[in-house]
Amino acid sequence: MTAATDPTDPTDGTDRNAATDRTATTDPTDGTDRTAATGLEVRGLTVRIDRRTILDDVTFAVPPGRRVGVIGASGSGKSMTSLALMGLEPTGAEVTGSIRLDGTELVGLPDRQRARYRGSGIAMVFQEPGTALDPLRRVGAQIAEPLRLHRGLDRRAAGAAARELAGSVGLPDPESLLRQYPHQLSGGQRQRICIAMAMAGTPSYLVADEPTTALDVTTEARILELFEGLTAGMVFVTHDLAVLARIADTAVVLDAGRVVEQGSVAQLLADPQHPATAALVDAARATARRTGGAA
Amino acid sequence: MIRRLVARPTGVFAVVVLGLLVVLAVVSLFWTPQDPFRTDPFHQWESPSPAHWFGTDASGRDIASYLLAGTRTTVLVAVGSGAIASVVGIVLTAIGSLTARWVREGTAVLLDILVAFPTLLTAMLLTAIAGGSLGVVIVSVGLSFGVTIARVARGEIRRIARSDYVTAARASGVGGFGVLFRHLVPNAAPLFTVQLSLAMATAVLAEAGLSYLGYGAGSNTASWGSLLSDLQTYIGVHPWSATWPGAAIALVVAALSLLGDAVRDATDPRLTTNDRAAGVDPSRARRDTPDGTTTGVTA
Repeated sequence: MTAATDPTDPTDGTDRNAATDRTATTDPTDGTDRTAATGLEVRGLTVRIDRRTILDDVTFAVPPGRRVGVIGASGSGKSMTSLALMGLEPTGAEVTGSIRLDGTELVGLPDRQRARYRGSGIAMVFQEPGTALDPLRRVGAQIAEPLRLHRGLDRRAAGAAARELAGSVGLPDPESLLRQYPHQLSGGQRQRICIAMAMAGTPSYLVADEPTTALDVTTEARILELFEGLTAGMVFVTHDLAVLARIADTAVVLDAGRVVEQGSVAQLLADPQHPATAALVDAARATARRTGGAA
Repeated sequence: MIRRLVARPTGVFAVVVLGLLVVLAVVSLFWTPQDPFRTDPFHQWESPSPAHWFGTDASGRDIASYLLAGTRTTVLVAVGSGAIASVVGIVLTAIGSLTARWVREGTAVLLDILVAFPTLLTAMLLTAIAGGSLGVVIVSVGLSFGVTIARVARGEIRRIARSDYVTAARASGVGGFGVLFRHLVPNAAPLFTVQLSLAMATAVLAEAGLSYLGYGAGSNTASWGSLLSDLQTYIGVHPWSATWPGAAIALVVAALSLLGDAVRDATDPRLTTNDRAAGVDPSRARRDTPDGTTTGVTA
């Protein structure tokens, strides 16, 4: 239903996303000119810091409920893309171009207005679950905070909703687990808490910046399962092509802040056109050979 | 909170010494063994006795009574300087962290200049203007440490504001006030506590030092510093007398310095709750223990 605005039309037959399309009416930030879920459209996104160009004319689109991978080597601009999508680029960064969230232009909005979309329109999961949680607050309170903000719940209702949410991201025994501090949880549990925090505002889109990189292989597999179960449209940043192949149908390849190639994941992996993509694929193949083809 | 505070020996020491100081200050309002200011030329340099616990000084004053009366000054200086340092520190930190960029940067430069301005010089300037009094000591120490706190806190606030968890909170939709009061302030508080306790310790020390130099409390205010100054003159002849105010100052300064550390440790969940690193994963323990018990019973 939304392929018309999708320049990265998935050609991969195995539609892993099982696109459960969301309508804009499920989003609590009403009052703007959002009429239909038309996707997350990024056009000509450029970020400059002190005249240095970090992102240069980045264009891609995420149809509602679809997962698009963003890959590239270190320093290629993956993380800046994530932050710019959230409007959380460092102070002093100059952002131009266009980010449309189901039709609403986000670039150029004053931060106060932009903040209304964070968590509800578009949310983010970070790479390092160890540092993405406030060390001094119980994890339950950290999940309850966006719940109270976006769903207008009082303290008691937010607590109940937090337990429910914690259960839905696969945390055992939420009752007592939510009373823990972040340092008392394992890396996988922390990342589940972060995912619960991100999903608290029932966002239509989720930016995941290398969310499994800091986790061990078994935990990574479980967290990926969790991501696969989410219905939000997703920008999934990764440097790991095995993860990419599992999670996304289409992908964008970044190199030195530019989109050098995009298309279906199967095609990118089988027949990389740009040297940057080829280098990533070669590196992944070399790793796979060393580990006996496990990857 | 108190229970966690006294979980460590340093916390016990700080709480006991400072608790005793406050109790003695209150007691001294109503009762001292002798009149702390009454001179008695017939009982100079008496050794400790039931009548004069710590002996008497060159003019026959009862050292114990004078020390007891001096606790009020010490408490007043510590609390007064602490309060001024807190207010100055918080206001300057807020201006230096939350305002427009040019104000923030201007404040940073101003703080760097003010930090280089010695407490003693401030006290001497204020004394020249207002005359020597306890108020001058309290204000000058409070101002100096307020500036120091603001300078240190500014860096801490910047570090926290750039941290992942603040970015993550903002990404989940938390606004400016939520970030400020639920993340920035609580995470900067430990550093603030430690700095404040150091400020109070230094205030006690500075009062003693300034009184010693004659810039502090007047002769009608009992002060440990001025007593030390008086007794120190005769230290070659009556070495024990000067020990009393010296030891009192040292104890209180040490207790105040340690109090900040103890409070910081007592309020940090990473130090007060079971840690995975210590081998206890609460969630895992809960899941594993029943199974283990069952296996044990059937086997």
